[in-house]
Order: sequence, then structure tokens, then C-alpha cells
Amino acid sequence: MNDTIPTEGDYLESSELVLNMGPQHPSTHGVLRLVLKLDGERVRDVECVIGYLHRGVEKIAENRTYTMFVPYVDRMDYVAAVSNGLGFCLAVETLIGATAPPRAQTARVILTELNRIASHLLWLGTHALDIGAITPLFYTFREREEILKIFENYCGARLTTHAFRIGGLQYELYDGFEEQVRAFCEYIKPKFDEYDELLTKNRIWVDRLRGIGVLTAEDCKRYSVTGPLLRASGVKWDLRKAQPYSGYEQYDFEIPTRESGDSFDRYVVRMEEMRQSVRIVQQAVDRLPTGPILAKVPKVLKPATGEVYVSIEAPKGELGYFIVSDGTTQPYRVRVRPPSFLNLQALEKMAKGALLADVVAIIGTIDIVLGEVDR
Amino acid sequence: MQSTLWEGALPERLEQTFSGHGLSYQTYLGQNFVTAPAGIIAGIVRFLRDEEQFDFLTDLTAVDRPKDPARFELIYILYSFTRNERIRIKTRAGENEPVPSITSIFEGANWLEREVYDMFGVTFTGHPNLKRILMPDEWRGFPLRKDASIIGMDNEWVQSNLGIESGQ
Repeated sequence: MNDTIPTEGDYLESSELVLNMGPQHPSTHGVLRLVLKLDGERVRDVECVIGYLHRGVEKIAENRTYTMFVPYVDRMDYVAAVSNGLGFCLAVETLIGATAPPRAQTARVILTELNRIASHLLWLGTHALDIGAITPLFYTFREREEILKIFENYCGARLTTHAFRIGGLQYELYDGFEEQVRAFCEYIKPKFDEYDELLTKNRIWVDRLRGIGVLTAEDCKRYSVTGPLLRASGVKWDLRKAQPYSGYEQYDFEIPTRESGDSFDRYVVRMEEMRQSVRIVQQAVDRLPTGPILAKVPKVLKPATGEVYVSIEAPKGELGYFIVSDGTTQPYRVRVRPPSFLNLQALEKMAKGALLADVVAIIGTIDIVLGEVDR
Repeated sequence: MQSTLWEGALPERLEQTFSGHGLSYQTYLGQNFVTAPAGIIAGIVRFLRDEEQFDFLTDLTAVDRPKDPARFELIYILYSFTRNERIRIKTRAGENEPVPSITSIFEGANWLEREVYDMFGVTFTGHPNLKRILMPDEWRGFPLRKDASIIGMDNEWVQSNLGIESGQ
């Protein structure tokens, strides 16, 4: 008998394969490195290696005044810079006991919600690209461009906007702002239906996302996961409703939730969130009050000794700032609670047992920005 | 800090469970916090999770106060979905005093404790994988300590790996 034909128990030895993915890899959305232990195509274990984009934002904060630090926060989640700025300004305002005037609050809501749409559009385009659908990227970037134009008209910057100041806004809204925002809302609404047509019932899209990267509500709570991931697992929780800030309680909008907590549900949740954001923007533009845009805030900020934790619902989840003041002009400590950092931690759970190709889908579905993970 | 005494049902229940440990209850700008010794921190977190529905660890961080006898102040922020309420737990640790890890209570604490270790050098006993997370593995020093200067940190590492002076 030919002794090259294998008999039971006589196979070549199969051993664990360690595969390094990143930090330079197109589907890791930046400089994320994964060390994957593979058994064939199955992921046995995964370790995230992060920190390649660490700039020491929290250390920088201790060496700047409160006002000087505001532009730095835009560099964390740079695709949702407006939300970062809002969170920090709100935290400092809480510390000094100031409240932005109504006009500034409404303008903040408009810009923040537009930024949420822009962030989700970027996520949708790149996520679809990772899965192999190239077309949505061109559409979503086209629509996102319109939002960036509004930002550019407002403050001159497209990404790192530095749109807000402690106490309100620095610039009055430009002439034609309301018309442009209204026109954008009408423009984008049918586009969501186009994305739906491209993806939602697309067999490949559904097959690649259904049942991939499942997190139960219990898992989300244990891993401190927030944002669309938490809502896709059936927890109806959004800080805009739970602990409203900037007057969110005045607006009529829904919190979309889904039950199964897989990648497809997160897609559905984010799509619906964009539609809800358009609703909020339209209501806010219609009721935009007149009046001052900046509260009476001292030129030199010296908050009383104390500490405060203020968080907002950023596009990626709960973004919190813990600020400790020692009564001087510089914060004694600024801690940023980055949603991406904590959501990424759950990757190790989600990817265990998945196929290697699905790891790419799972990274995409978390919606991370490494600038925020590493700070 | 002009914090005032925090009174209510929750501090009372905490005091009943952990009497004799010298817990103090304060509130500042409407935010409540409990100060407790480091030894019972895991017990308090577990109690708040199991008995008081604080089932979500929002954040875990530290503040360096080098002039104080126990220089590190650790801050645990918990949230309760059912009560829609936040609570902060504060504790102190000296330079070479390990703190019990809470990773067995909240898995999410894993990276948060690693970051505190990375930035401040506080060690956690019972942590499954306590190593640096954001800084390079070979880095010497702890950046968020107050005595670490913003320029000129670990010159040796910077020169040998990047070929520049630190702080450039």
C-alpha cells in the first residue's frame, strides 16, 4: 500500500498560526495592530496593540489654560470634532457655572447633529468598502461634503472645526446658514433611501453582517460599551434622552434600537440615527432663537477647586470629560473617557471564534477612530 | 473643594454595609462621590453592582497629587441604567501600594486599569494582563505623573528609536 495516503491520526502536525495585522493595514481604520492566533481560518485569540497615535492629550491639557485646550480635543475623534468640542465646553461650563445662551445652544445642536451625520456617513462608506462594496463610499463622501461645506462656511475649517467656545459660540451664524442647512436636510433625506437600496437587502451585505460580532446587552454592560453598539443590543439608552444637555429635551426624536446585537443591527441603528438627526436639525433650525451667542464668561478662567464629570452622546458613544481644577488657570487633570477606546476593547470578545475575514467586518462595525483610542 | 455632605438612602445603605471603614460621602455640583480605603474598593464596586443596580463602569482613572502622603487618587465612575444615576468612588494609593483589580467584576476595567498603570505606575493585584497599553513597552517613567515633565521624558528611548531629542 502507498504509505503517503494518510491513515487516522497520521496527519501532518497542525499548529496555531500567529498572524500580525496592521498597524499599516487598509481595513484597520488607522494604526490599529491586531495579533491574531489562528486555527485555520478561525480566530482563536486576538490581542489589540494600540498607542501608535498616542500624543499625550491629557498631559498637554495640564500645561494649557482651559481656553487654550479647546482646539486640542478636536484632534481626538477628528471625524466628529464638533462633538468633542461640545463635550469639553460643557464640562468647563459646568465647572464655572456658566450656561450658553439659547441661540448658542440651538446652533450647537444643529452643528453637532450635522457632525453626527457626517461621522456616520464616513463610517458607512468605509465599512461598506471593507466588506467589498465600493459604491457607497462615493455616495457617502458626496453627501458628507455638503456638511463639511456648512462647517467651512461657519468657521473656516472642515474637520478640526473648533466650532465652539467656552460659554457659547465665537462667531455669529453666517448669512444664509439656515437656508443652507434646510436645503441640506431636504437633499439628504432621499439619499438614505438610496443607501438602503444599495445595501439593506443586498444578499452579500446581509450575509457578511448577520450574526457577526454579536454582543448581548449583558456583554455591553460588562465591557462598558456605549453608543450604537449598545442600542443594537436592545438597550434603549442615549444620553441625549437619559441626561439631556444643550436643550435636547425640547426636540422630538426617537432612539432606534435593535435586538440581536450583531453587525447588521448596528448598521440599521446607525442608518436610523442619521434620519433622526435630520429631524432634530430641522426642528432646531425652525426654532433658532435670536439673541446673544456667548455667555458672560471671564477672560481668564479660574474655576474653583473641584472636579466634575460631564458626558455627551458622541456619534460613537458616551464621550466624557473628567476635569479636576485646583483653582488656577490650568486644569490640574483632564481625563477623557473615549467611547472608541472602550468599544474597541470588546473586539477581543467579538472576534474570538470568528473567521479571519469577519474580523475586518467587526472592526468596521465598532466604528473606531484611532485618534480617539490613543489620544 | 467646597463639597457638601451627601445625604440620602444610598449613603445610609453603604454605611450599614461598610461601617467601620471610614467612608465619607460628598456631593459637588450635583455629583455624588464616596471616598473609601483602597482595600475594600472591590467590595464596594461589587456591592453597588449587585445590590444597587450600578451595573455599568463608565470610567476608571487616576489623579496624581505628589504632595499628599498617598499620592494617587483613583476614581471609579459607575452608572446605573435603572436609576439613571452616576456615582464616583474615590480612593488613595501610595507609590508602591497595589490596588485590588476590579476586572473580575467589570471586564471593561481591563484596559482602563492598564492605562492607569501605564500613565501613573499604579499596579493592580489580580489583573490578568497588566502591561503598558498606550506607551511603548520599553518606555521608562510614567507620563501623567506630575514630576514627569512634558518635554524631555525618557530621552534615551526617544533618541534611540526616533533619532531626535525628546521634546522637539
